[in-house]
Amino acid sequence: MELLARILHISPQTFWMIAKVIIVFAGPLTLAAILTWVERRGSAMIQDRIGPNRALLFGRWRLLGLPQLAADGIKFFMKEDLVAEEANNTLFWLAPLMAFVPAMMGFAVIPFGRDFTEAGRTYSLSLLDPGNGMGMLYPMAIGAVAVYGILTASWSSNNKWSILGGMRASAQMVSYEIGMSLAVIAIFMTTGGYDPHQIVAAQAKTWNVFPHIFGFLVFFTCMFAETNRLPFDFAEGESEIVAGFHTEYGSMKFALLQLSEYVHMVTAAALIVTLYFGGWQIPGMAHPPVLLSIGAFVVKWVFFCWVFIWIRWTIPRFRFDQLMFLGWKVMLPLSMGNLLVHAYFMHRWG
Amino acid sequence: MRSYVPVLLLILVAIALPVVIWGISRIVRPHIPSASKYSTYECGIKTTLEAREKFSVRYYLVAVMFLVFDVETVFLMPWAIQMKELAIFGLIEMGIFLFLLLFGYGYIWSKGALTWE
Repeated sequence: MELLARILHISPQTFWMIAKVIIVFAGPLTLAAILTWVERRGSAMIQDRIGPNRALLFGRWRLLGLPQLAADGIKFFMKEDLVAEEANNTLFWLAPLMAFVPAMMGFAVIPFGRDFTEAGRTYSLSLLDPGNGMGMLYPMAIGAVAVYGILTASWSSNNKWSILGGMRASAQMVSYEIGMSLAVIAIFMTTGGYDPHQIVAAQAKTWNVFPHIFGFLVFFTCMFAETNRLPFDFAEGESEIVAGFHTEYGSMKFALLQLSEYVHMVTAAALIVTLYFGGWQIPGMAHPPVLLSIGAFVVKWVFFCWVFIWIRWTIPRFRFDQLMFLGWKVMLPLSMGNLLVHAYFMHRWG
Repeated sequence: MRSYVPVLLLILVAIALPVVIWGISRIVRPHIPSASKYSTYECGIKTTLEAREKFSVRYYLVAVMFLVFDVETVFLMPWAIQMKELAIFGLIEMGIFLFLLLFGYGYIWSKGALTWE
């Protein structure tokens, strides 16, 4: 690292910061792009069909349908760009940015590996160093901003389907946010802090998922609602509101909206891993080597990304009133009860 | 302050990527305008009425209730972290606070604001 920094004539800290920005930006983005492929091949696997396999690389290699990704990308570039006359032009262009930027920012605090020391300096494997004062509040705040992207997209389209989809999406994300924050507060309480590094370190002995099983259930469910994934994908619905909030969107703008949805999913999986499944911790290993700890995090992370897809093709879609019922009358009391029980136990024996 | 610089960098990169992509796509994509292409999509028929019209009041109710409960969680956060220091005093204080809120929760439940039909 020192050597690389010297070649580039910058200090090791600056080099490390830039390297982390690249990792934190490119990592989730790449995984999100791969997930679009996994989603199609995985759904095909679950439904016992073949899935996309027609796109060939140089007219020869099939590669399990992976060239489909490239083909889709090229197609997005080549599509004519349409902004409906009735739409609000500025907001219409701004909405994909407003969805994409917060989606990309969420990953910044998540520790994806163990800290390591080189030449007397400690390097931490998360974009924001521990003790930055924002901790786990940051991804929650950023996640909440995602609503604006969807609302802006739906409002600026000036299309009935879009507005219906956007309203539904915002009502749903807002309803599940409370249960989510309450579940996370219970973790803050048992950890005694909200720094993700602290949270991961506190899970060295037992993962949070065991004492916080109800909190985990709430958080896990809320993550599906927050990312607008099935079984809660009410922002869109082919049979009722066409494509929902992105009905009017096409070409690269649509690609960005779609991509930000997947990046949200990736970030949600990383949050689940950090909060409940020990982050980079490996059970039975107190101080794993750095590379192994990164590997452990990635394995858990990819697994939860897969769970998102797996559940999509396993559980049927809810109805909107059922969603609201679940959010306000089940998730909220459950997470509140979880918090109070933990508070009691903490006070009594903690 | 210095520790937040990476986030700023990340935001700049996240803004730059779509802008670059749009720039490239602007060069390669075709542009063949026609009137029907730019009309609002409404299942192929002519658009009737405004899209931005009156909306079900339930959505606003949800927004207001969200505001109340979200502020509640904000108040819970410092207590949760300082739990050990505040000990029994904090527990009772929070108990009263939560009781008032849960009372309100029960009230809106009984009024049917949480039922969606």
